[in-house]
Amino acid sequence: MTALLALANVDTYYGPIQALRGASLAIDAGGIVAVLGANGAGKTTLLKTVMGLLDDQPDKGSIDFDGASIVGAQTEEIARRGIAYVPEGREVFRELTVLENLQAGAFSRRDDTAADLARMFGYFPRLMERRDQSAGTLSGGEQQMLAIARALMSRPRLLMLDEPSLGLSPLLVQEIFAILRTINGDGVTIFLVEQNARMALSVADRALVMEHGRFVLDGSAAEIAADPDVQEFYLGIAGEESVKGYRRYRRKKRWR
Amino acid sequence: MEFLGALPQVMFSGIAAGAVYALLALAMVIIYRTTEVLNFAQGDMAMMTTYVALAMIVGSGLPLYAAVPLALAFAAGLGAFAEFACLRRAKEPSVLGLIIITLGIEMIVFGFASWKWGGEPRDMPIPLSPYDGITAGGVIMSYLELITIAVAALTIGALFLFLNRSKAGLAMRATQQNRAVARLMGIRVRRVEMFAWALAAVVGGIAGLLVGPATTVEPYMMWEPMMKGFAAAVLGGMTSLPGAALGGAIIGIVENLFGYYVSTAFKSVVPFAAILLMLTVKPSGLLARHYVKKV
Ligand SMILES: Nc1ncnc2c1ncn2[C@@H]1O[C@H](COP(=O)(O)OP(=O)(O)OP(=O)(O)O)[C@@H](O)[C@H]1O
Ligand SMILES: [Mg+2]
Repeated sequence: MTALLALANVDTYYGPIQALRGASLAIDAGGIVAVLGANGAGKTTLLKTVMGLLDDQPDKGSIDFDGASIVGAQTEEIARRGIAYVPEGREVFRELTVLENLQAGAFSRRDDTAADLARMFGYFPRLMERRDQSAGTLSGGEQQMLAIARALMSRPRLLMLDEPSLGLSPLLVQEIFAILRTINGDGVTIFLVEQNARMALSVADRALVMEHGRFVLDGSAAEIAADPDVQEFYLGIAGEESVKGYRRYRRKKRWR
Repeated sequence: MEFLGALPQVMFSGIAAGAVYALLALAMVIIYRTTEVLNFAQGDMAMMTTYVALAMIVGSGLPLYAAVPLALAFAAGLGAFAEFACLRRAKEPSVLGLIIITLGIEMIVFGFASWKWGGEPRDMPIPLSPYDGITAGGVIMSYLELITIAVAALTIGALFLFLNRSKAGLAMRATQQNRAVARLMGIRVRRVEMFAWALAAVVGGIAGLLVGPATTVEPYMMWEPMMKGFAAAVLGGMTSLPGAALGGAIIGIVENLFGYYVSTAFKSVVPFAAILLMLTVKPSGLLARHYVKKV
């Protein structure tokens, strides 16, 4: 079986700065895959590289979606192939209404979208109440819901999310992750990048840890959650004293 | 009283003139909102469109009802071509660079029209005399003025319906607000941008076809209307379509009031006074909401 999304030895640069260093990864259709990593590890860069949002990048390596290369393709064509991307910071169309945002999400479709609209309002009843309100007036949490719903309107096969928990209350984060589970149950493969390791590991089937532009750990969510380094640096569980202790302490501080 | 008695007439003439400015302003705003370019070639693209209509009527003997749609189709092609051939070529362009490009397009279009059709003014043959009209409540309304107002109103109405009710209009508004995210929705933003230029050229071209019969067809015919259209767009905030339409009407009325009650000599100063006033008092324009564009 070919992977839904496969990256091999991907290098991405911002001018002279290298942000991805031979990142390789294969995601099969079906589950929820989470990427953990400190600030600046390259998580956002990874998603942007897949979407073709960075000019002339990746510099090296291959990216295949559903068995076909998407390197060098236009972002809009990559989206049309079935990848939806919820960017960091939601990025709703502020001057459009909630309903218009959802319709924009379905732009590439020619068939009837009424059933999907109903499904979105089922996931997020609050959007239904605010359907004719301009999206800029929504709260941060509502905007996150709208961004997810808008992405789903294209009926993607892969949904990629960049830090959906950012800036949301713990309760709302739980609500949104529960809905991600439901969405996954409805057949959408989910690839998400998160700083909130506890939440991400609780919902994911598989998790990877990214450091300095490459993946350093890969396993089931349970395995990753049990890893001593992950426990210490991402979950804040104190590990035993070791020679590396001081270095770890410094890294931990950087990772907050 | 003679003095105030002329007011309705002056207002009417002002609205008829303002209708043309409104169309040119709308054309500029469509392009500015979608591609962030001030298109200084808008007026001369309209002039060229008018010449094409004239050439088809006089040269090829086509009837008006066939020449007008064909000329507007030509306008759409010209707009799309300008975007595709000139603006899209600019790599990481600056605002100034883009303005220079549109000035370049303006010069090419102007030069081509002067070379092809010569500089002497020509009459646009329409089956209406500019002196025919109706009189209502003491206001003399020529058919041409009435048609101008009606056509402008219909065009503006159609434009609003298109933007707010159609799928392509939604794609255009999404692209205007956030180009990168529009692409994430599968919206082919380059096509949207090309389409915006074509649409603007058609709207501007309609203005040209309305100015032609009222004055004469010559290479300079759109310079003054264009300046006033630009003033109207600035007045409306450059990003607001209703603002542009309103701005056009205001400029038309104010310049006619000024021309009648003060002096015709200073009539053309009005739009610039309006721009200056607007930029000092409320630089965001009459109707611009707080509008933050994300790139
Ligand atoms: N536009 C840019 N220009 C130059 N360098 C950049 C740019 N964007 C990101 N970088 C650099 O690339 C590296 C990876 O950044 P990226 O945004 O992918 O990190 P991240 O893992 O998403 O971090 P965070 O968790 O803070 O969002 C960082 O060192 C960052 O400074
Ligand atoms: Mg990031």
